[in-house]
Amino acid sequence: MPHDLTVNIGPSHPSTHGVCNLLVELDGEVIVSAEPRIGNLHRGIEKIAENRTYMQVIPLTDRLDYVGSMYSNWAYCRAVEQLAGIAVPERAEYIRVMMCELQRIGSHMMALGPAGSDAGATSVYMYTFAQRDLVLDLFEAVCGARLTYNYVRPGGVSLDLPDGWVEQCRAFISQLPGAMLELDRLLFGNVIARARMKGIGVLSREDAIACGTSGPVARGSGVDFDLRRDDPFSVYPRLEFSVPLGDNGDCYDRARVHLFECIESCKIIAQALDQIEPGPVRNDDVPRLIAPPAGDTYAHVESARGSLGVYLVSDGSVRPYRMKVRSPAFSNLSVLPLLAKGHLLSDLVIILGSLDPVFGEVDR
Amino acid sequence: MNAEELKDRLCAQYPDLCESLSIESGRATLVVAAQDLHACAADLKDMGFDFLEMLTALDWGDEFELVYLLRSHEMAVSMFAKCRVLRDAPRVASLVDVWPAANWHEREVFDLFGISFDGHPDLRRLLLPEDWSGHPLRKDYEDERIVRRPDYI
Repeated sequence: MPHDLTVNIGPSHPSTHGVCNLLVELDGEVIVSAEPRIGNLHRGIEKIAENRTYMQVIPLTDRLDYVGSMYSNWAYCRAVEQLAGIAVPERAEYIRVMMCELQRIGSHMMALGPAGSDAGATSVYMYTFAQRDLVLDLFEAVCGARLTYNYVRPGGVSLDLPDGWVEQCRAFISQLPGAMLELDRLLFGNVIARARMKGIGVLSREDAIACGTSGPVARGSGVDFDLRRDDPFSVYPRLEFSVPLGDNGDCYDRARVHLFECIESCKIIAQALDQIEPGPVRNDDVPRLIAPPAGDTYAHVESARGSLGVYLVSDGSVRPYRMKVRSPAFSNLSVLPLLAKGHLLSDLVIILGSLDPVFGEVDR
Repeated sequence: MNAEELKDRLCAQYPDLCESLSIESGRATLVVAAQDLHACAADLKDMGFDFLEMLTALDWGDEFELVYLLRSHEMAVSMFAKCRVLRDAPRVASLVDVWPAANWHEREVFDLFGISFDGHPDLRRLLLPEDWSGHPLRKDYEDERIVRRPDYI
């Protein structure tokens, strides 16, 4: 008998990390196959974008990865800038880098908190959310929004840093590395969490590359690749940081990579705060109605989840002819059947959580 | 490695491909005929393009254009491969056996554009419900809920 039970998990299930339906075939408690059935959050953003002007698409990109809206904003605006040949002031590039590294911290807190609660350590969530709230305070001070920012614009960012922001940011990044090391002991030093995560959902380095994973999922498997370093954009070449890697590619390594990336992000923000100089934050020559010459382009950023890219095609009109979002969460989630096979049903949520999917981006 | 160096290397190794190689928006772009797609993909994988970053399609009226973005971790370079198929016969070889990452991407293109991938192990709709009719990212897709925005000019 190949299996004896078929279980539907989700789409409305709190531990599925979003609206995801998992069709699981079980043999006793052992997973024979687990198939993610996605699309519950499909809003057709790529289709809607074809019916909007280039500027009107920016708020749509906020709704892709709603835990990391700055990345989608930035990737889209970079694509528009490349298509239309728009220059960006240096101060704006530094602000974008700082916002995106803050966003990485905020987003990784949303990965580490559930990593704990999936393994039964609910208190971890409180610690990570306290830090995430501080990041959102910084975003709110800059653009007024805590979740969907609409902050990055073609040719710069919408607003300059307000008074006192730099001090607030320095205070935040000075305490974060210590808090992360404390969190490391609290979560990854915990005997139960180690037992629940070590050796679970192992993704080999070869599979990580072949299946198209990127970001912390690939780096947890030892794939030494980071767009910020290996296909650099913006002012990243002027900033020094290292790329944390895992050894075994299990849930433990994938989750722990997030923690060390937050510490690296603090280093990047500190350097950016030192290097940033006064100046304009937006190219004033950008028209409200952009009509780039016909052609196509691809622009990427290293988001909290991996290689996020926007493939943008123009036919010379004021609307994109086609916008394709290369979403890292989509490719990362596609390895779930591979990882879950042979594990116990109780490990499934830990494995799913370790892939850190955001379904706004998976389904688009 | 930059796009120029990649172009030279590809030309040296595969002289037949050289004619269809160009550099567009800073990336090497290879235009492949639909019947050569699978063989060409296997060659590119042998050359070191181990990572299929994305796959999507474009609707150009009489033809669909498939766009593959490939990356080589070893050479630290990325390139486009593009392939056109007729709208009346939207079929092309599946690349799942070359890059397993193509699996969901091909299902998405099948779902939203109605292009079939021969040899795909499990070609079903991915994002839309199984009973959906039509392929929304085609330019001629009709739905009364789509409200055409004014042109502002």
